[in-house]
Amino acid sequence: MTAARPMTFTTVREGFFNPPAEIRKLRETAPISRMAFADGHLGWLVTGYSTARAVLADSRFSARGELKHPPVPRSAVLEEAPAAPPGMFIQHDAPEHQRYRKLLVGQFTVRRMRLLTEWIERIIEERLDEMERIGSPADLFEHFALAIPTLVITELLGVPYEDRAKFHHDAEVWSSFGASIEDVTAAFGSLGSYLHGLVLAKRAEPGDDLLSGLITGEGNLTDEEVTSIAFLLLVAGHETTANQIGLSTFALLNHPEQLAALRADPSLVEGAVEELLRYLSIVHHGPTRAALEDVEIDGTLVKAGEVVMISLAAANRDPERYTDPEDLDITREMANHLAFGHGVHQCLGQQLARIELRSGLTALLRRFPGLRLAVPAEEVGLRHDMQVYGVYRLPVAW
Amino acid sequence: MRIEISEELCCSAGMCTLTAPEVFDQDDADGTVVLLDPEPPAALHPAVREAAHRCPCTAITVHENG
Repeated sequence: MTAARPMTFTTVREGFFNPPAEIRKLRETAPISRMAFADGHLGWLVTGYSTARAVLADSRFSARGELKHPPVPRSAVLEEAPAAPPGMFIQHDAPEHQRYRKLLVGQFTVRRMRLLTEWIERIIEERLDEMERIGSPADLFEHFALAIPTLVITELLGVPYEDRAKFHHDAEVWSSFGASIEDVTAAFGSLGSYLHGLVLAKRAEPGDDLLSGLITGEGNLTDEEVTSIAFLLLVAGHETTANQIGLSTFALLNHPEQLAALRADPSLVEGAVEELLRYLSIVHHGPTRAALEDVEIDGTLVKAGEVVMISLAAANRDPERYTDPEDLDITREMANHLAFGHGVHQCLGQQLARIELRSGLTALLRRFPGLRLAVPAEEVGLRHDMQVYGVYRLPVAW
Repeated sequence: MRIEISEELCCSAGMCTLTAPEVFDQDDADGTVVLLDPEPPAALHPAVREAAHRCPCTAITVHENG
């Protein structure tokens, strides 16, 4: 089942929303194919839905950072990958991963997130007030999509919102494929020392927030561990949701019939959010895993040490799983997509993200019945060159 | 139908609680799955099957014939 020539992965999407045609063609041949990683490593690319689930649920595939290879050319990661520091749990396996995750999951249960709904709705209404103050046209990405998750995660973690310009900038540089290794190292160091300072201050004087809870809690976490966790939660907590809100709005404005259906029946929002997560799959190059031993997947032998990259965007468009997968259909039944990943590393903040997305889209459409793009769609800058897909800016009028 | 859960495998994603809230809950402290009804009525079976499928950690086993 090996392709004649291993493909190299690209993050440039087609027609705003579609995975590259090359990757779709690969999936037609086999759900797993040879892929050349950016450092020359010959690994695998998974494009099929059930294969993606199988790999991500299999503990013979490791998430450890030092075992991986970079899937896309990126100046900053071409050096040998270092082992993840303590607390950077997305790059740990069991038992370290579970130890950290168990300390956090209680904060992100379905019930706890529901309790936050009214507070999140107030934040959203205030952002809409702010957009009205600015007046039409305004940049929906900055004033709405980015502001909501930033306000939510800073308040939950106990990070001062006033410091957002700093951590937004560092996170953007860190996420950019084009940034030089010097810039990425500097941004990583700068954000790390900012959060380390915050952790020290909270250890001296704990507040009523998640980071203080981790510091004083039963996990006996070190400052280094809490700093790494803060890094993950702060970056993952604002960047992904901001881009999903921004790109979802752009996608709806580009699919007027879907937008009209949602406006006509706001109770469709739950399914609409799941479908937008599936259709947009904003994580460009999905999770990578390293085989700890020889593993046979769908008749293909993945040898110990080989790295497998999952294209969540391709898996979420698998015609064996979805009818008319290339269509955005907000009435689609039970999307059960892989946008949040799968397996023990599946997104910790997914229930929080769902509330921000549902409440955000609902309030936005209610407030601005005449919402439209203020520039031609082709002029909306798209994040092909960042770890997470989305819009750079979204000028809208109403 | 009889349901088995593994607290060890559970990674507290909350998908079961969202999909079949009559059958699954989450522990308040660490989010671990709590089985409310190990032998749910037939009306809930489709939701339970969906919950087992959506569980990212394969922590839910459904025995169709009890």
